Amino acid sequence: MTEKSSAPSQVSSLDTAPVDLLEKLSNAVGVSGDESEVRNIVLEQVKPCAEQVKIDALGSVLVTRQAKVENPLRVMLAAHMDEVGFMLVNKEEGGLFGFERVGGLDVRQVVGKPVWVGKKHIPGVIGARPIHFTNAEERSHIIPLDTLRIDLGPGGGDLAKVGDRATFATNFEQVGPTLRGKALDDRLGVATLIELVKNPPPNIELLAAFTVQEEIGARGARVAAHAFNPDMAIAIDATPANDLPAWDETENARYNTRLGAGPAIYISDAGTLSDPRLVRWLVENAEEAGIPYQIRQPGSGGTDAGAIHRQRAGVPSISLSVPVRGAHTAILQARLEDWKNLLALLYTALQRLDRKWLELERR
Amino acid sequence: MKSLIQKLVETVGPSGYESAVRDVVRAEVESLADEVRVDPLGSLVARKGSKGQDGLRIMLSAHMDEIGVIATHIDENGFVRFTNIGGVRPHTLNGGRVRFTNGTRGVIFMERQDAPDRLPGLDQFYIDIGASNRQDCPVRVGDVAAFDRPFLDLGDRLVSKAMDDRISVAVQIETLRHLKNTPHELYFVFSVQEEVGLRGAQPAAYGIDPEIGISVDVTATGDIPKSPFGKMDVSLGKGPAIKIRDGRMLSDPRLVTLLIETASRAGLPYQLEVLEGGTTDAAAIQLVRAGVPSICVSIPTRYIHSPSEMVDYRDVQNAVHLLVELLSKPIKLD
Repeated sequence: MTEKSSAPSQVSSLDTAPVDLLEKLSNAVGVSGDESEVRNIVLEQVKPCAEQVKIDALGSVLVTRQAKVENPLRVMLAAHMDEVGFMLVNKEEGGLFGFERVGGLDVRQVVGKPVWVGKKHIPGVIGARPIHFTNAEERSHIIPLDTLRIDLGPGGGDLAKVGDRATFATNFEQVGPTLRGKALDDRLGVATLIELVKNPPPNIELLAAFTVQEEIGARGARVAAHAFNPDMAIAIDATPANDLPAWDETENARYNTRLGAGPAIYISDAGTLSDPRLVRWLVENAEEAGIPYQIRQPGSGGTDAGAIHRQRAGVPSISLSVPVRGAHTAILQARLEDWKNLLALLYTALQRLDRKWLELERR
Repeated sequence: MKSLIQKLVETVGPSGYESAVRDVVRAEVESLADEVRVDPLGSLVARKGSKGQDGLRIMLSAHMDEIGVIATHIDENGFVRFTNIGGVRPHTLNGGRVRFTNGTRGVIFMERQDAPDRLPGLDQFYIDIGASNRQDCPVRVGDVAAFDRPFLDLGDRLVSKAMDDRISVAVQIETLRHLKNTPHELYFVFSVQEEVGLRGAQPAAYGIDPEIGISVDVTATGDIPKSPFGKMDVSLGKGPAIKIRDGRMLSDPRLVTLLIETASRAGLPYQLEVLEGGTTDAAAIQLVRAGVPSICVSIPTRYIHSPSEMVDYRDVQNAVHLLVELLSKPIKLD
């Protein structure tokens, strides 16, 4: 729908996905509201290369990379540093802590898991009564969260305090084509954004927001977008792949996304109706460059785009995600190839982005 | 005005995909406004007048979008699964028809119900567009559709899908047409994405920075058998409703008084509206920047969010008269 004559025909590519960096990011504890461990990694990575690095009032990292052209499009990219997890809320005897969930965690995913507490990653366990002491009736119900404790062992009470955050204790690993870790949502996005800050497309002003508090309502992205006041925005995130068979011989019609089918382009989620101009921009670039992609099934869930697109006088926005199995559980799985293709698509499309895409009215 | 209403309601424009409606609106307002622009999210903003000594910057907002559906999956037999855009009510769906933005039409039906005393969920419905397999189906995941139902003229009563809120779009267009002189700088906003959470009006208001906000939208009535809205004291045919409050907004009392006085002086019928659930663009406008005194002028409507929404044509015309009266004169908010 738009002429691409003014866009470069040759674009460079990002050939490698920084798996080592992802490992470091995934293993960091950065539950919503206390993202400092992740933020420190981000700062260490972006400070040497960015023209401007700022930590905003809520703790998001706002990085600007200048364009090499006059009057560039100002493009905000957002990836959230925080992850779902736990907060200690009640200290008891013997290194036991009552806790609450932070963000959307299914209580059924919590029982029997090892955790890391606080910035020092104090190891703990969320235990439950073993099968020997439960009856069939009890086992048919969800174990209420208020009967569970995080157990840090004798002396553990001195190592942590009420208000400390905790996450599942899952070490990142790469197994063949698969990346596994606890916080791929959204450290995949954070690592992607770091890579773009290091290799900025020369034709745009890159406004990278490493946001806080996405998992509890996109609170960081909202103020970050107000500060950046961008021409358009892309949220880079991870989205569930519910792609296993339905097991009852029916067709799985609610897969959301599928592992290995490429980065997921959003048309609609609970927070955003993606700008159709940007959907076409990503789809056309993917098809021209031969990069696999998939359309995420319209439905629930949300990203930072939900907050960003409503700031100031409105910001044309879209989301692009790496599919992950086991989102918001102790172990998420992504395919390295999907991540590489997300990097390739994003980098290719951004280099071919020009004002024409937005000068036409949204339709 | 009826032909304008028919043209507007029969246009397909679910939330986020309002461009066809916008084209209709633009054709009407281009010659009536001093300036027409489209904002980053797609709302059309028509300005009339400049702020004079006794004038204020006033934003009016009627939303162009309607509820609809979006395809989530095409199964191997060519049936389209879908989810909602906005407040779609499952019990209004069965046997209904839809029209996609690409023109494809289809019929909605539901699977066998194992628990017939419970309302089915949206995932139990499908759209049959006449395809026999996935390959033949012209619908793709992410395609959007509106409910498909022709305009029905019953004389005083008009029936259609998308009366919510095209009837108010028509009211704003006619107000603009009949407004000869105004001391105010008026921004007639034809907003987007109201049905999914007032997402268009909020940024539009930020861009305009108005001193008064007025939404024009439909409201429920209590004048039907066992109304879901109970004893709500709003009826069809008794005049446009001046909103006192709804689920997310308390109208500015000064504006309530002003509208009552304006209607009384002009001899126009009006009703006072207290709506317990639901809200309008005004709820978003009032909270933008440092706050905006806001109100809503409502068109009483039966069967909202069904494919057959009913309004009274006299209420519609009186809403135009009320707004023209209001906007023709200086406004003082003490």
